[in-house]
Amino acid sequence: MTSTTAAKVRKIPPGPLEYLRRWPLQAWLVLVGIFLYAPLVSLMAFSFNDSKRNIVWQGFTLKYYVKALNNDSLITAFGNSMTIALCSTVISVVIGAMAAIVLWRFRFVGKTAFNAGLAIPIVVPEICMGVGMLVFFAKVLPWPHNLPWPLDLGNIIIAHVSFSFPFVAVVVRARLASFNRELEEAAKDLGASEFRALMDVVVPHIQPSLIAGGLLAFTLSLDDFVITFFTAGPDTITFPVKVYSMVRFSVTPEVNAASTILIVITVLLTFLALKFQGSGALTAGHGADDK
Amino acid sequence: MEQSWRQAKTIFVTMISAPLFWLVFFFFIPLGIVWLYSFGENRGLIDIAFTGTWSNYAHALDDPYPGIFWKSIWIAGLTTFLCLVIGFPVALAITFAPDKAKSWLLLAVMLPFWTNLLIRTYALIAVLRTEGYVNMTYHWLFDMTNKVAGGALGDFTPLALLHNNFSVVFGLVFVNLPFMILPLYSTLDRMDRSLLEASLDLGAGHISTLFNVVVPLAGAGIMSGILITFIPALGSYLTPDLLGGPDSQMIANIIESQFKRANNWPFGAALSFILVYLTFIGIALQGLIERKDKGRAA
Repeated sequence: MTSTTAAKVRKIPPGPLEYLRRWPLQAWLVLVGIFLYAPLVSLMAFSFNDSKRNIVWQGFTLKYYVKALNNDSLITAFGNSMTIALCSTVISVVIGAMAAIVLWRFRFVGKTAFNAGLAIPIVVPEICMGVGMLVFFAKVLPWPHNLPWPLDLGNIIIAHVSFSFPFVAVVVRARLASFNRELEEAAKDLGASEFRALMDVVVPHIQPSLIAGGLLAFTLSLDDFVITFFTAGPDTITFPVKVYSMVRFSVTPEVNAASTILIVITVLLTFLALKFQGSGALTAGHGADDK
Repeated sequence: MEQSWRQAKTIFVTMISAPLFWLVFFFFIPLGIVWLYSFGENRGLIDIAFTGTWSNYAHALDDPYPGIFWKSIWIAGLTTFLCLVIGFPVALAITFAPDKAKSWLLLAVMLPFWTNLLIRTYALIAVLRTEGYVNMTYHWLFDMTNKVAGGALGDFTPLALLHNNFSVVFGLVFVNLPFMILPLYSTLDRMDRSLLEASLDLGAGHISTLFNVVVPLAGAGIMSGILITFIPALGSYLTPDLLGGPDSQMIANIIESQFKRANNWPFGAALSFILVYLTFIGIALQGLIERKDKGRAA
């Protein structure tokens, strides 16, 4: 899209490194674009298709959306997922930021170990962590049944925080690297307590990374199937778990409709995040300004 | 300069206690129990006794498990290779794109990555199944050709695209491609462009510049891209489960069946930890390569 318009505007032959203006690469980009997007676009398009078999286009309808919105267990699952994502995001941002600040600010025995320990949840395969949570909530901390909502989601929230907060810590640490320590020292010289200096000088500086980390945690939580699948008891159902059981059963336009709603939410959240961070966020740390 | 923790004890202790507690209690203890279980034995239906036995690991060497491990490594390796081949030109194009196009292209790569994994896998089922879009298009083309050829092609047989190894690799590439493109872009973007220009000015072609200048310079970044793609691919559960057939089970599927249907937790625990060890070996290898790379640059 962008590549073709760029080529039209300037009729000068492409420079040596303007790879985007060479046709083999343009063709390659288009093919990769089709590969990445065609399945998703067709999934969304066929959620409006007035045919149960979901193959041939029969005309526009919204009836599968009505059906999905009237499907009580689907709505419950969706509400559960949103609640879990919100709670785990808030906890992850607080804990992740604390870990990042501690690592950035202090010298202490075992710092390397703590740092490495924080990286392990990021690299350990999902399935192993899921299995760990299954065993943990079966043997060590049996989660009581029949708790009132949202407490019955507590075990899933705990599991989600465990894999999200190290990501938040990474994002916040990257931002802290650009902070001038003297500012905090100046605040303390001027009489601010340790805590005040932290809240009024450091936290405002890392605010964009808190939002970015929070959105990352939110998406990670909303996206997770494997760990939830192992952690959740038979009574709690989240959106991915519900879609999983529907997909196993059959391919129906109702699933397409539910998926489309989730895709739209994700896209909106992404754009919102970019708006918060400014348009430079995507090329963060790269881009033109440091060239 | 960092402050010693003794200078601000209260704030240090408050700040570190929450993350440390969470990490230990809700991550290391669960994994630690799994690790202990991998040396345990089933006693009765739900009790597991820790006996220090290696029999679970020995059991992992019996047929068919080594075959499944090799198959998983092979599938993950093939996926990584395909992602590298497909993703490298994309990363290159993004790196040298004008700023505005760059943001849009990065966004275009990231959007599917933000979309729910289950939904992406489901979308592939709709594309690849017997009555899916690919087979429909193929059927239509087949009928058209058959009409022209006067029925010489015989009856239409749909392509078997789903529930086999092909669909697993296809799905893994689809899912993991952004994992490869983003780190590649990030390394390529940090590269000194004047070196590339020098190589092109001095008469090298684009392809030879790529292999003689870009690849050696971006070596460590390429390695980290490979690792970031390989590790999740090796441990993937959902893609082989939904897209694969009876013979395309990967390690994660075996682990799941040991914990759920087969109810052999000690053996499942041993398999999980073999997967964890494989992951750590991968990371260690990458660390070694990076160190070597740094040593050469210095």
